[in-house]
Amino acid sequence: MKEGITVSEKIEGAGRSRPAPNQEISASLVGIKNFFIALTSKPASALGLFIFIFFLFLAIFGPLIAPYGINEQIVSDAGQPPSPKHWFGTDNLGRDVFSRVVFGAREILTLAGFGTLVAVFFGTTIGLASGYIGGWFDEVLMRIFDGLLAMPLLLLALLLLGTLGPSKNSVLLVIIIVYTPIVARVVRSVVLSVRQRGFIEAARLRGENLAYILFREILPSVLPALAVEAALRFSYAIFLVASLGFLGVGVQPPSPDWGLMVREARNNVNQMPWTMYYPAAAIAIVVIGINLLADGVKRVLLESK
Amino acid sequence: MTSNEQPVLEVNDLTVAYRIGDRWLEAIRDINLAIQSRQIYGLVGESGSGKTTLAMSILNYLGENGKILKGSIVFDGEEISRYPREKMRAYWGSKIALVPQNPLSSLNPTLTVGEQVREVLRLHLKMTNIEAQQKVLELFERVRLAEPERVARAYPHQISGGMQQRVMIAMALATSPRLLILDEPTTSLDVTTQASILDLIKELIQGREMAVLYVTHNLGVVVELCHRVAVLYAGELVEDAPLEELFSQPMHPYTHGLLMSVPKLGQSKSEQALSAIPGQIPALSQRGQGCIFQARCPIALEICSERPPLEKVNEQHLTRCYRWQEIAQGEIALEALFEAEGEAMSMAVPISSEKGTASALDAQGIVVEFEGQRSFFESITRRPARKVKAVKNVSIQIQPGDTLGLVGESGSGKTSLARAISGLNEPEAGSIRIYGLPASPKLSQRNREVLRRLQMVFQNPEEALNPFMTVGESLRRQLFVLQGIRGEEAQRKAEEMVQAVQLPVEVLNRRPNQLSGGEKQRIAIARAFITNPDIVIADEPVSSLDVSVQAAILNLINRLQGSFHNGLLFISHDLAVVGYLADQIAVIYLGALMQLCRAADLFQPPFHPYTEALLSAVPSVELGRKVEAIRLEGDLPSPSETIEGCPFHSRCPRKIGQICEQQAPPWRIDESTQKRIYCHYTLEELSQLQSKTRYSGL
Amino acid sequence: MLKYLLRRFGFLILTLLITSMVVFVVTQLLPGDVARVILGREAGEAALQALREELGLNDPLPVQYTRWLTNFVKGEWGKSYSTKTEIRPLVMGRLRNSLMLAGFILVISVPLAIFLGVVAGLNENKPIDNAISIASLAVVGLPEFVTGLVLIQIFSFRLRLFPANSSIRPTTSFVEALPMLILPALTATLVLLAYIARLTRAGVIEELKQQYVRTADLKGLPYRTVIYKHVLRNALIPTITVVAISMGWLISGLIVIENVFNYPGLGRLMVFAIDRRDLPLLQAVTMVAVLGFALSNLIADILYAILDPRIRLG
Repeated sequence: MKEGITVSEKIEGAGRSRPAPNQEISASLVGIKNFFIALTSKPASALGLFIFIFFLFLAIFGPLIAPYGINEQIVSDAGQPPSPKHWFGTDNLGRDVFSRVVFGAREILTLAGFGTLVAVFFGTTIGLASGYIGGWFDEVLMRIFDGLLAMPLLLLALLLLGTLGPSKNSVLLVIIIVYTPIVARVVRSVVLSVRQRGFIEAARLRGENLAYILFREILPSVLPALAVEAALRFSYAIFLVASLGFLGVGVQPPSPDWGLMVREARNNVNQMPWTMYYPAAAIAIVVIGINLLADGVKRVLLESK
Repeated sequence: MTSNEQPVLEVNDLTVAYRIGDRWLEAIRDINLAIQSRQIYGLVGESGSGKTTLAMSILNYLGENGKILKGSIVFDGEEISRYPREKMRAYWGSKIALVPQNPLSSLNPTLTVGEQVREVLRLHLKMTNIEAQQKVLELFERVRLAEPERVARAYPHQISGGMQQRVMIAMALATSPRLLILDEPTTSLDVTTQASILDLIKELIQGREMAVLYVTHNLGVVVELCHRVAVLYAGELVEDAPLEELFSQPMHPYTHGLLMSVPKLGQSKSEQALSAIPGQIPALSQRGQGCIFQARCPIALEICSERPPLEKVNEQHLTRCYRWQEIAQGEIALEALFEAEGEAMSMAVPISSEKGTASALDAQGIVVEFEGQRSFFESITRRPARKVKAVKNVSIQIQPGDTLGLVGESGSGKTSLARAISGLNEPEAGSIRIYGLPASPKLSQRNREVLRRLQMVFQNPEEALNPFMTVGESLRRQLFVLQGIRGEEAQRKAEEMVQAVQLPVEVLNRRPNQLSGGEKQRIAIARAFITNPDIVIADEPVSSLDVSVQAAILNLINRLQGSFHNGLLFISHDLAVVGYLADQIAVIYLGALMQLCRAADLFQPPFHPYTEALLSAVPSVELGRKVEAIRLEGDLPSPSETIEGCPFHSRCPRKIGQICEQQAPPWRIDESTQKRIYCHYTLEELSQLQSKTRYSGL
Repeated sequence: MLKYLLRRFGFLILTLLITSMVVFVVTQLLPGDVARVILGREAGEAALQALREELGLNDPLPVQYTRWLTNFVKGEWGKSYSTKTEIRPLVMGRLRNSLMLAGFILVISVPLAIFLGVVAGLNENKPIDNAISIASLAVVGLPEFVTGLVLIQIFSFRLRLFPANSSIRPTTSFVEALPMLILPALTATLVLLAYIARLTRAGVIEELKQQYVRTADLKGLPYRTVIYKHVLRNALIPTITVVAISMGWLISGLIVIENVFNYPGLGRLMVFAIDRRDLPLLQAVTMVAVLGFALSNLIADILYAILDPRIRLG
């Protein structure tokens, strides 16, 4: 049903409270704690957070957990279904699927995570500068981005990979090139809404330099939108890495990339379906988990507004 | 209005709460009121008073997070407050109608306005579409819409704000409802448009068999329209009386304070400081059990921590104060008790200051242009940009210690002028000097000294401070960047300044989200003044604040300027506010100055015809002030139109003829008062035409 | 409106130009010598040089770009390095297959997605909304190859309803191809459905908060009228843009899906071109896909302008 009146009308007067003088505890600390309380208040977001932490744990402690090496072949056990010895079974080369899935977590999280991080860094810098400076600089940059983004993401990624040749570094570069413009656009749109605010103009009126205005005055206001975007980009990056692996144009064998594992398993899917099920399930769980998390982050940040 | 007939609307002990988080907080408490047919009932309150909540409760249109906890709403003898929404649909639009605050967002953008009115007629009056169309044209004519047929075919975005509100009024009156609720119907409009809408409302609803609830924060509008007024404060009804009695003998300290904190047209700082109510409206979560006004009340007693009942002063007059009898008998002089800040600024600086010859600010021939929307395609094909002139060759001077008030409606170019002078937008032409020191039109080329000399206070306090810095960091940064002051000295100066804007020193460690709107604006003012600039530009610094807070801010600006003795460019759309604070006043219309004079002379003829219309449009808070109604026809021309001759000719009620359309008027200057008017009429002719008009309260 | 459309069209051309530059520049970065790729390892230097001259590989890049673009516009797309056949008929044949699949997907998913989105939006935070929202959130993130393989497991291997391999021939008619289209279409539909439904839901919720909805309620209009005439009319206009944007998803998704099901469309051709490092083929496929995406955006702009009076009447 509709709401009779909007939120701002609803809390007329609320929020203009004058805090008691002793409420001077570091606001940011309370902020982070409240953030997690609010985030985990919905089961879906809590689940997302749990999944993310779980796979992060796998990625960090993988070598301690995995019973076998990444490419360790136990030829005598080749093609075995799941058993207490091999929880997820073994593939046709006798490699332990469970160990490979565990190692794959590190593979994909570092690749997607690092790529996202770099893209967020470049995108933020470009978006801040482009949005604040405006003019020709902004116009030209945005048109180039339009041109890049006029291509469906995977198309652009494939085009780049076709040129660079399939390898882990190429995939990393592709993530950076594809996501930088997207992040830049998001940041830019926030900057455009912020740049006319009084505190930015006050900074200009006292002659602050560009870097100070961009990073001290504007950047903090961009952070919430950036957090949501980074979480989304991260989940799409995983998606992308896995898809490229599956198409055979991304990370190359014998890497334990989940997408690649699914690709290799397809040939024997009738005899050894488990070799496909487990990496596919891992992809599905991670992507859904991070999506849920991103959704939760967005919800909390919107609510706190 | 004494009548024994049954009231159309009766609200009894109404308490409404909102769910915030997992708590239910009361937004309005124990409200009682009754509206008779043919009565216009004013409901006055500041933001946070719960007036919108009350209006929505009466409509029985609270959201899912709102709930009526207690009380009843009786409409024509029928208790409707528990009716489900589906049952209410039979009342809405036919028996109870609403005119909302914001006409553009209240109209469906993808339907013609005609259809949006016809819809009501077909539904409630069972008309066919053809009959409905006929009726729409009639209605549109009655709400004085020129070219009703064209308007009926238009989509909301194609007509002006004033026209949109006329459509909303036509829609509300289409079915002759028994109860009409007007929720701040003119708040989003300019003062000249507001005046004609108020005229229209008055004309259409007076004497009709209809009860009217008029919700507003504007006391002047109440005086124009209402028979009876209820004052709402923090969700409680504190006073309820017939209009004349409420304004002449307010019996509640809040009403008293509210009336005194609004500057009257023609009132000046040189006569008397404004009375300001200290503090601010308590938030929903901070409303205790005692008198709701206790925390801000200058005459609160111990007993006030228990909630006073609504007492009868007489048959017609109710107030919720224990001490009304003392107030009535004149034993308490409330005027003196409200923060009589800054002991009346009687020593306003004379126009020709003896402090040297240089002006604090001398801006000559400022031209501001904006490039019209130009696509990338057009810009690479080197098509010339469509330029929009926002400011056309304006010159102003401000002496040290002097205040120039710049007044104009939205779209007048007043903010563009301010931003050009400050350097935030580079002007197309013109020179700017501060104490004779030339200031580059480009902000990036101004050195630290020039930057220090000119500072600004912005309109919106919510956006004035960096939300991620403490107040102290903001103030110290200002000192460091502009004057190289840091460390303990910066801290000391910041403390001094915070005290100068009447806030406790602890505020320095707070972040903006821990401050109220008024407090934020105080800090923004502190930031502007802390480096002792020669000229401060204040762009509508109080327009987003409640009146009771506004008065304190105006007093503050006045006092600071008095002690720093710097020039002040004060921009506002509110003539009373400008008239109160300024020594000189400049009236601007479509980017050009229309009139320039001493503040006191603004209210005496001769006037520029535009000034005359502005003055006539301001609803006065004084009872019985009747002025000749001068209303402007049509809307502000689009800024991209090039206008030959006088910019005001298309709407001027005193237009002479062709000459106004073809020739730019001369400046008419009165040698003795230095009053300057931009008009083809001479000052004598204008004086004669306007001899009957007096706007000053004197 | 004409002005608006001209502007949109101008933007489209400009974007396509920039995109074509991107495509050209990126493919020029390809390490290795094109002439050697064509002639093979044993070719002599003289032959290589002759071929380079013939292909214009010694000209400056801008000249090469202009020539390449003009040829592309004229329809002279050259020969594939790997198949040694004309590129245009090859690409066109695959395009037909991809369009057939895409059309089939859109016809199923768009109406269904909008319906689900509207239902969820009108019932915000009620059980039915929560169910739709969580399900779509789960599906929207799943890579197509995972969903596709799961569907194959269920419908091909377990239930034996549809074939797992959709390799149709150029002569196969739509009716004959239909059973083979169902699984790929279902895969894409799941993803697209969730994506469009989520955005539609957000649009409806946003629209319900608008003040004109309050006006419509307070006119006393019946609930159905308020929803159909006022809320949905406005909420669904932006959905056009949503569908246009989702075309980008669809194209990306098709590349993967065609490879899962061995469906002979553009997506498979593209991966093939990358495998073989077949530069002209890669360029042509990319340009065709980009063109398709751009056209769908233009159509969306036009529809939007027709439906929204704020644009139609400026």
